[in-house]
Amino acid sequence: MFKSKNETVKALDGVSVSIGEQEIFGLLGPNGAGKTTCIKILTTLLLPTSGEAYVGGFSVTKEPNKVRKIISLVSGGETPGYGILSVRENLWFFSQLYGMSSSAAKEKIKHLMADLNFEEYANTRMAKLSTGYKQRLNLARGLLNDPKILFLDEPTLGLDVLTSKKLRSYIVDWAKREKKGTVLLTTHYMAEADEMCDRVAIIDRGKILACDSPHTLKEKLKENVIMKVDVSSVQADFDFMEKMFGVVGYSETRSIQTDTTELKVIVNTESVFSNILSELEKQKLKILSINKAEPTLEDVYVSLVGRGFEKSMESSGDA
Amino acid sequence: MREQLVNDLRVAYARLWVRVKGSNQEPEWIIAEMVIPLLTLSAYVYMYKALQAPAEFTGFVILGGTMIAFWVNVLWNMSAQFYWEKETGNLEIYLVAPISRMAILLGMALGGIVNTTFRAATILILGTILFQVPFLVHEPLTALLMFFLTIIALYALGMLFASLFMLYGREAWHTANLMQEPVYFLSGSYFPTRYLPFAIQLLASLIPLTLGLDAMRRVIMEGQGIGDIWIDAVALVASILILLPLAKFALDYMENLSKKEGRLTLRWQ
Repeated sequence: MFKSKNETVKALDGVSVSIGEQEIFGLLGPNGAGKTTCIKILTTLLLPTSGEAYVGGFSVTKEPNKVRKIISLVSGGETPGYGILSVRENLWFFSQLYGMSSSAAKEKIKHLMADLNFEEYANTRMAKLSTGYKQRLNLARGLLNDPKILFLDEPTLGLDVLTSKKLRSYIVDWAKREKKGTVLLTTHYMAEADEMCDRVAIIDRGKILACDSPHTLKEKLKENVIMKVDVSSVQADFDFMEKMFGVVGYSETRSIQTDTTELKVIVNTESVFSNILSELEKQKLKILSINKAEPTLEDVYVSLVGRGFEKSMESSGDA
Repeated sequence: MREQLVNDLRVAYARLWVRVKGSNQEPEWIIAEMVIPLLTLSAYVYMYKALQAPAEFTGFVILGGTMIAFWVNVLWNMSAQFYWEKETGNLEIYLVAPISRMAILLGMALGGIVNTTFRAATILILGTILFQVPFLVHEPLTALLMFFLTIIALYALGMLFASLFMLYGREAWHTANLMQEPVYFLSGSYFPTRYLPFAIQLLASLIPLTLGLDAMRRVIMEGQGIGDIWIDAVALVASILILLPLAKFALDYMENLSKKEGRLTLRWQ
């Protein structure tokens, strides 16, 4: 809980999860859902107002230093370090925070830079690196101390597709193939959670709504029908679906460039969908395409909350 | 216990190294930091010369200007440092690491001392040569002792400020601004504080720089010894003994408070 403009905000509410060793666990939710708050509590950066949390068997409130010895935190969009120092110098500095001898640190830094493919930038000042390479440096920093538990807060935020893919596959390799540790990942990219995580918890407004493997979560949706419709205007109004019987949820993506809206609807039966189409026709909207879709993690979220990520972020006042 | 101590020393050294390396990467910074203070000193020296003030006033200014470099460093590179570390995301990394926060502060302080000593020594040497300052030192060791006591007390004050500023955002910047000029004035950097009213002298003596500067001037320019300035030395030791534990307490308190309020890693509050 925290106070904001004289009102008390419950950032997390009755969250209870248990994560196994060498598991990649994802916290999935829109901005403002409580993912980062959860990570900050687990990494000893925030004190919970009530409840308990254990990391590697240690209490985050009573034994924070024991927790800190076995964890590491990498936040996407952050570039910790000193811009005026080189990549190698920055990594050496961070290695000293974990009591590494200089020779062991140098060896480790060499390996990490080779593994993450940025050896050629070893002597480049951090300030001169591109966003992608800064994030490689950030991840290398997070792995310097061989953490048993690695916390990744939106690790691919702002990265291009290729760099994101490389970092994701490196992290999965690190946790799975090399069996180096457990990963707790927060993301609002569905595909990222789907690709990387053994299990995901879907979180919204501080509450966990569902927690299972991505496959099981999607399987549960198969009893519903998911339809994707492209309509000819960004002005389309879909609010009528909120009260429509048989509509489990819907999400919309508006494109100003093409003046179209992609609507994704989850309905109980196909007959409900025909009612939706007739409502859209009443609005004189041109239906550009209709397709049946396979369930994704976003659909799981929509089915639980009734709305897509975009609307969730709008209603929580987040950008 | 021993392992923790070794790790903390490693951290302090690493932070010192970052500060020294970072501050000396750009030659123009070094030149600016040495030349600009000399210009300020020159203005005061020529003003005193124009007023036909005694020659000792030139020495006052040179020594004051040398020591004020440390105050500027304490204020901008020490006190406000956690604020900058928060803005760049480094504070989060420090706080997630299994280290003593005091080790980070110690490293920052030692790095600041190394950097500023180099710059201050240059100002002192150049100022002395340019304006032919008459020094009269009978006890160089006492001068060195007073210099180190003053520096330690100043940086202990900086560590306390850094802890207090950790919780704040942009206010830290304004607070630092607010403290800069009054300390220039109260510490008597460019004039003897004995001309100030007694109540203000008393207030000024709470600032370690005032005590240290006064004692150093007496040792370096008037040829006094430890027997004459021992009260200042004791007062500085007392400041250090009060300020260091206070800095540790403030750091722990502020860290805990900001963790409760969720303000530890908030930016641009």
